[in-house]
Amino acid sequence: MSAASDVGYHAQRHARWHYGEVAFWLIVLACGFVFPSRYLIMTDIVRLALFAMSLDLILGYAGIVSLGHAAFFGVGAYVAGLLALHGIINEPVIALVVAGLAAMVLGFATSFLVIRGVDLTRLMVTLGIALLLEALAERFSNITGGTDGLQGIEMQPIFGMLAFDMFGKTGFFYSLAVLFLLFLLARRIVHSPFGLSLRAIKNNPLRAAAIGIPVNRRLIAIYTLAAFYAGIAGALFTQTTAIASLDVFAFERSADLMLVLVIGGTGYLYGGLIGAVVFRMLQEWFSTITPQYWQFWIGLVLVVIVLAGRQRLHRWVLFVPNLVIKQIAGRKAVVAVPEGDA
Amino acid sequence: MTIALETKNLEKQFGGLRVTRDLSLRIEQGARHALIGPNGAGKTTVINQLTGVLKPNSGRILLEGQDITDLPVHKRVLRGLSRTFQINQLYPDLTPLETIGLAVSERLGHGGDWWRRMGTRDDVNGEIAELLKHFHLLDVMNEQTVTLPYGKQRLLEIAVAIAAKPRVLLLDEPAAGVPESERHDILAVVAALPRDVTVLLIEHDMDLVFSFADRISVLVSGALLTEGPPDQVARDPQVKAVYLGEEAVNV
Repeated sequence: MSAASDVGYHAQRHARWHYGEVAFWLIVLACGFVFPSRYLIMTDIVRLALFAMSLDLILGYAGIVSLGHAAFFGVGAYVAGLLALHGIINEPVIALVVAGLAAMVLGFATSFLVIRGVDLTRLMVTLGIALLLEALAERFSNITGGTDGLQGIEMQPIFGMLAFDMFGKTGFFYSLAVLFLLFLLARRIVHSPFGLSLRAIKNNPLRAAAIGIPVNRRLIAIYTLAAFYAGIAGALFTQTTAIASLDVFAFERSADLMLVLVIGGTGYLYGGLIGAVVFRMLQEWFSTITPQYWQFWIGLVLVVIVLAGRQRLHRWVLFVPNLVIKQIAGRKAVVAVPEGDA
Repeated sequence: MTIALETKNLEKQFGGLRVTRDLSLRIEQGARHALIGPNGAGKTTVINQLTGVLKPNSGRILLEGQDITDLPVHKRVLRGLSRTFQINQLYPDLTPLETIGLAVSERLGHGGDWWRRMGTRDDVNGEIAELLKHFHLLDVMNEQTVTLPYGKQRLLEIAVAIAAKPRVLLLDEPAAGVPESERHDILAVVAALPRDVTVLLIEHDMDLVFSFADRISVLVSGALLTEGPPDQVARDPQVKAVYLGEEAVNV
């Protein structure tokens, strides 16, 4: 092998599909058939996963912290709701894309505020933008329905063929398909020179500029894309639950997202997905045991994760699966071991 | 002789402190020019103004006759002005392969590609391989930068700057802090830089300066003290006075 092709081979090391990844998606798909009574919560997890992946794109790859990611989620949710409620666009997939684009426009416009300054400034700016939007949605209650939210949304069948059913089966597979497609896109992007340049910016913005990377332009691009993803997640929320209320903008929504990524890890795309599953399961589990104090236990788990270190926990959890994969495939497993710690 | 890099009456103040005073430098095409001076003379401040990290209060900077004073950092790199850093400014999580790959991609205009995978362009791969080989980094190309020995990191630092194919290269103390055993590789690499690249070397190590440079400018308190060929500078009583007690100047 020549040195150049050797370099090409190694450069694509992470871009190739690993067994663990294929297994992950097969398991996810299988869940749709194994747990037919749990479509609603599984749809909820899928939405959260997509939303978390959106934050991972800016946090895990570009190093932009945000406490106001719900702004884009909310815009997506309301746009999808309004489109369906007023019968402007009846086909869900087109409406979904339009809602995502609306969030994207907002993302682009606000990106100029966010790229200025450092972490603390960014936290405050993003938080401020989400609060502003929440207040606006409350003020213009004639459009948004105020505290009651948008009511009476009726979703038309997807592509005019697949109707949303009351068990949420269509909604689940629809959400899963959207998540998977957007995951593929994100996966493609993070392994491109563009994606690599984001990691360089996160590592060292000064040096990134010194090798010719237009830092601000790259940050604007990824922030705008992440807003699109979050908008889609919001639109899925409205489309699968047929409601959109003010809490789509809520601070808790943005904060939960951070928790999801703390649990799952950042910078390898699966963090948001795994984090979403674990977070919701814990929430479910704790609230069955102790309906009033489940937040206490979530808090405790977070403290343990941060103290023990996520990588160590991952090694423990994945010990058995990795052993199996090593036996069968004769290689090191790759599931869920993040490259970088956030 | 054409002038590769020139500053005209460069002036920089931090508050009331004048760290660059009316500095006019002319660096000839293909020169091996060294900028020396005692600690705190403002050498790194000059570099930061040349590369665009700092904006001068007044004065102009010309790269091959074109005014670049108002260009942002990354545009100067694309115009052919590249630098290394005194203290490593690398990407701790990235591998040498990825680090050099980025620099090459940016220069060839593929840096914004978001669809095509890294590593699928033969021209980029070829250049990366060549650079890795030339800078003795082939064997560690998949290691995270943060885990590399310091000497290798210094080599990578220079390799990244060279990957931008600069017309003018600013070397900020390339051998600083490198253990004796790894020094040789770095000095060899610096000596072997292509002749058509103009080099401005900022260095404390007088052996390196006098073996490498064909012209030396001496900076003291932000102002140019003297300038000339190495033997002339070494004999200059003013220079001796400045360095007295700090380091002996031997040729």
